[in-house]
Amino acid sequence: MSALSRLTGTEARLFLREPVGAFFALAFPAVLVVVLGNAIPAFSEPSADFDGERPINLYLPVVLALAIGTVTMTSLLGVLAQYRERGVLRRLATTPVKPSALIGAQLGVNVAALLVGSALMMIAAAVAFGSRGPESWPALLVAFVLGAAAMTGVALLIAAVAPNARASAGIGTLVYFPMLFFAGVWTPGPMMPDAAQRIADFTPLGAASQAMQAAWSGDWPQPLHLAVTAGYALVTCALASRLFRWQ
Amino acid sequence: MAVIEVSGLTKRYGDRTVVNGVSFTVAEGEIFGILGENGAGKTTTVECIAGLRSPDGGAISVLGLDARRDHERLRGLVGVQLQESQLQDRLRVGEALQLYASFYPDPADWRELLASVGLTEQVNTPYAKLSGGQKQRLSIALALIGNPRVAILDELTTGLDPRARREIWKLIRAIRDRGVTVLLVTHFMDEAERLCDRLAVLVDGGLAALDTPAGLIAGVGDVDGYRANLEDAFLALTAPSHDS
Ligand SMILES: Nc1ncnc2c1ncn2[C@@H]1O[C@H](COP(=O)(O)OP(=O)(O)OP(=O)(O)O)[C@@H](O)[C@H]1O
Ligand SMILES: [Mg+2]
Repeated sequence: MSALSRLTGTEARLFLREPVGAFFALAFPAVLVVVLGNAIPAFSEPSADFDGERPINLYLPVVLALAIGTVTMTSLLGVLAQYRERGVLRRLATTPVKPSALIGAQLGVNVAALLVGSALMMIAAAVAFGSRGPESWPALLVAFVLGAAAMTGVALLIAAVAPNARASAGIGTLVYFPMLFFAGVWTPGPMMPDAAQRIADFTPLGAASQAMQAAWSGDWPQPLHLAVTAGYALVTCALASRLFRWQ
Repeated sequence: MAVIEVSGLTKRYGDRTVVNGVSFTVAEGEIFGILGENGAGKTTTVECIAGLRSPDGGAISVLGLDARRDHERLRGLVGVQLQESQLQDRLRVGEALQLYASFYPDPADWRELLASVGLTEQVNTPYAKLSGGQKQRLSIALALIGNPRVAILDELTTGLDPRARREIWKLIRAIRDRGVTVLLVTHFMDEAERLCDRLAVLVDGGLAALDTPAGLIAGVGDVDGYRANLEDAFLALTAPSHDS
């Protein structure tokens, strides 16, 4: 087996052995939707406030944004900071496999976890409440990939500049909760105040969430939201690759 | 043939010079030890040789290659045990060895290596559940898993019990007998005396002595009426100077 595939397989097993992390990445989005749907019956009833649309259908893209935020800001960021602090990356630098391969393996594992968690969430919502998928899959895919790339870049940048694992976890939390707010986790879709909406347009997860909401209702995402997510992805990744310290 | 050649190695942090013009060579199949007090510059020196830090002055060649410029090629030929580095908490001993074995074109038999560092029973133990000495043994095994031509071992047996230390000495002699060149750092005088062919003593980043263990001991006369041992020689060489 090649070094890279064994490295990725090993990191995947380590990921699954961390029960709390694995739960939040894989099961939490589905659990959240099922719990909310059961707690608030109106969630799955057609609503005059939303042009006869069922609120749950507006909420699913927001939960996708939450899944992106959770995997990048907690799982990925936590592992990267820890691997540097504990010298795992440095240890690898003494072997023919570069430490960047380990970061690549972690990215692969987290992307896979995000996809599985998102798929489980959509299946659970469909089974439990008969919710529908996005009207436009291509648009959703573009918005999802750009949003995930932007938040991955933010995670890499925080891991690059934080002096240690504690600081990195702290910054991650400081970014995570406002991001969820701007993504509309507490005030989905039209319920977000206008001023907050203006700010959300320019945050990576807020823009991603709105782009995915547009895709869900069959519209092509606004160019602004695609530009914002793409811009974050490019700038944060470029900065992170310049600033990242391996030890 | 010299496998490691260090000439005029200098390393500064800020305006502090922590390694100052150190030169020595290590021959093929030699076990070469570096001694020195805490902070003397041992780790800095061996990590420069391992290509992990860039020197501010001097030249280092390993197997005829430049330690820093040819680091890429040397990674496959040099096995390194770092003084401070940990593995993933939930990574199991056997997994770690198989993983690191997959990085090299011609790795050692991981089960044999596991047995020779005395970790066979821990093959399924996660890293976080190993004792300090067991972590150290695993770290030694990982440094040797790639069948390196040069092994650089920083604080080889720190944290090991007496029997484990003897076992590790045996392992180091065995790989030397296969032609592997060994550069190690130690704080144990018996280890330096019994295991090493030659020793370098670093004092405040400078090379204070370079000799065989017997040669270093011969350099000091009797101490308190007893024949000096290596520890006496070390203490004499590293004693704070009184001439200022
Ligand atoms: N990355 C660094 N930044 C600043 N100073 C450093 C750094 N690494 C080492 N030093 C300083 O260089 C000096 C030599 O350190 P080094 O780790 O090489 O010592 P050592 O001989 O290995 O000590 P020990 O026996 O404690 O392991 C120390 O004074 C240390 O504070
Ligand atoms: Mg040291």
